[in-house]
Amino acid sequence: MPATELKEKTLDWLDERTGWRLVRDLMDHKVVPQHAGTAWYYFGGITLFLVGIQLITGILLLLYYRPTVAEAFDSVRFLMTRVEFGWLIRSIHSWSANLLILCAFIHMFSVVFTHAYRRPRELTWLSGILLLGLMLGFGFSGYLLPWNQISYFATKVGTDVAASMPVAGPAIARFLRGGEDVGGATLTRFFDFHVIILPLVTFGLIGVHLLLVQKHGMSVPSGIPPAKLAQMKFFPNFFLRELMVWYGVLAVLGTLAAIFPWELGEKADPFSSAPAGIRPEWYFLAQFYTLKLIPSHVWFFEGELLGILGFGVLAAVWVLLPFWGAAGTDEKRHRWATGAGVFLVCYLITFTILGYVK
Amino acid sequence: MRAPAIVLLSCSSLGAALAAQPAVPPPDSCVTCHTAVDDATKGPAALIKNDVHIARGLSCADCHGGDRTSDDPDVSMSKAKGFKGKPARTEIPKFCANCHSNPDTMRKFAPRQRVDQYELYQTSVHGKRLAAGDTNVATCIDCHSVHDIRPVKDALSPVHPLHVAETCSRCHSDRQKMAPYRIPTNQFQQYLTSVHWTAMTKRGDLSAPSCASCHGNHGAKPPQVESVAEVCGTCHVLFAQLYDKSVHKAVFSGAGGGGGCMVCHSNHGVQYPSTKMLAGSASVCAGCHEAGSSPANTATQMANWIDGLDGAIQQSETVLARAEKFGMEVSEAQVRLIDARENLVKSRLALHSMRSDDVRQPIDAGMAIAKETLQAGQAALREKDFRRYGLAVSVILIAIAILAIRSLIRRIEANGAQAAQERTL
Repeated sequence: MPATELKEKTLDWLDERTGWRLVRDLMDHKVVPQHAGTAWYYFGGITLFLVGIQLITGILLLLYYRPTVAEAFDSVRFLMTRVEFGWLIRSIHSWSANLLILCAFIHMFSVVFTHAYRRPRELTWLSGILLLGLMLGFGFSGYLLPWNQISYFATKVGTDVAASMPVAGPAIARFLRGGEDVGGATLTRFFDFHVIILPLVTFGLIGVHLLLVQKHGMSVPSGIPPAKLAQMKFFPNFFLRELMVWYGVLAVLGTLAAIFPWELGEKADPFSSAPAGIRPEWYFLAQFYTLKLIPSHVWFFEGELLGILGFGVLAAVWVLLPFWGAAGTDEKRHRWATGAGVFLVCYLITFTILGYVK
Repeated sequence: MRAPAIVLLSCSSLGAALAAQPAVPPPDSCVTCHTAVDDATKGPAALIKNDVHIARGLSCADCHGGDRTSDDPDVSMSKAKGFKGKPARTEIPKFCANCHSNPDTMRKFAPRQRVDQYELYQTSVHGKRLAAGDTNVATCIDCHSVHDIRPVKDALSPVHPLHVAETCSRCHSDRQKMAPYRIPTNQFQQYLTSVHWTAMTKRGDLSAPSCASCHGNHGAKPPQVESVAEVCGTCHVLFAQLYDKSVHKAVFSGAGGGGGCMVCHSNHGVQYPSTKMLAGSASVCAGCHEAGSSPANTATQMANWIDGLDGAIQQSETVLARAEKFGMEVSEAQVRLIDARENLVKSRLALHSMRSDDVRQPIDAGMAIAKETLQAGQAALREKDFRRYGLAVSVILIAIAILAIRSLIRRIEANGAQAAQERTL
């Protein structure tokens, strides 16, 4: 039997059982619109790439990490000082977690400014926002795991904020901490969230998000007539370009890890006083600084409670962005969304910087 | 039926409320009158509001006698009412001791306070001279103040640890006052330059010694030559134990000797010790031992050992700090270095036995640790370089991969364009 005939028969056998030609056909027909904002499309792919890096480095970290108060810090220190390239794995995991959240934010704002959330992509937006929330959850839960002074007290502050929420706040804080205060039970719970619960939900939701992107295709910014638009084949043209970007991100990650290795700090001591200038990770800093600015009492309300309620309401409004003014004209809706997006970007950048400086 | 019930309830509530009112303190005619008069007795009345005795419920009459409830001076200050007036200076200690040496009285107000101050005062230089009729010496009120006496823990009290030296200096730095006694007046100035004052004021260590810690307070007198080491040894316990074993103990405490610890460290102006005290022409050893003599050589050798360990520790610290600055994880070595510093302290301590072997032991242990931590720091710096080289190689490889993909894209797109052109033709 000639080689080509054998190859065809093998591929037919595989297609009959897996339907792989369907995937190939989809890839053959998938196109990416080419316009001034095409570069924004890469951020979704970069975010996905960083999720992959998180998964791989996370699994490697699990080979040595021990989630108990007595062993957590020492196991991370052992990994960083005794295990070959252990420092690299941890530094890349930490740096890529931060870059991942940054890229997820950029991806979200690119969707807002190109109005890619509009019909029929409302569910794509919702799944994306949920994924961003999960990423923040990964950041919050992972921050505690090395069990150092900064992470311990930052978690204390974070769960205190949760506790100050009305009605369910104290119960949520108790559930997160596994008791009245941050301790061994908190570490175990955060570890479970970080390596089991959040990954399961995240991978399911990433599947849904990608499926929706595949179904609706890449969104073309409003105002550009689709008929006049040039298109690029997703595979291999766009995919290879994305691959180049991924390599670039890998180089950035390697540089950050080698020149600024993620520090370990001092082992957490619950009996010591909180380190001076304790603050959360940068992605929670704007909200943290805003809460600090609110007076302790505003009218009849407790200032912090009012701030948290305000953030809750604003987050809900933001999540429902695709449904704003459904009865109005598209142009008016998009103008509002762009305005809100610009305001939010300015607020986040300014207050994050102020949170660091002050 | 309801109205009488409400009236009854209101009356009973009012009664209960009146019963719950705090008792109104009895009027104090001493303070009222002496505040109104315009003479020297106005002062005490103004000061008394800050006095600890008043705060504990006592009044002027509890010390001075008389009847504070009467507005008539002839009654309130009558001898029939027990009025004692202002005590003579020689009577002051006994005046205070009426209560402060009475355990039954003190138990009511300050049960944990000692009641032997008067007995101790009588043994002090101040007490003895006062008994001999010298009214220039300090009595209770010269240190504790009068009429605005505050608890010792009150930072405004003249006998609060931070103010003791200054309080003593009010008399002991006064040349005119001290001239008849022929004692120096520079102690306070010396003390202000000492490690003890630095510990008290810079480190906020209120347990650091001031005048009363060495001389005693109520029983104040200078420590005798043979007891200086004991005085210092109450805090510097291990130093005193080693000094007891040293050859200097007998010499310094002997008939022709000086005064224990102060021979080398001085007394009021104790400075931070360094190896300069051991070696060189300006060393304290040189005061007794000729340069080149066996004891002087031993002292120089010990100084060199200590300086050697100190230098090795500093070198390790510098290398580890540099590695840490580059983000290297060196906390284990830094923790280990604490052991080396402990050995440095032990060697300085062992010095007081004046035996080379005692000093050599911690020096050797400290040097081994300093070497180990230095190697750890140097290894971390080498690792840092390795990471940088590794990064450079990785970035070059990544750049090559990006260029290769770019070239692949161009080729694919050129082929695609050619195929499209052929289809058009």
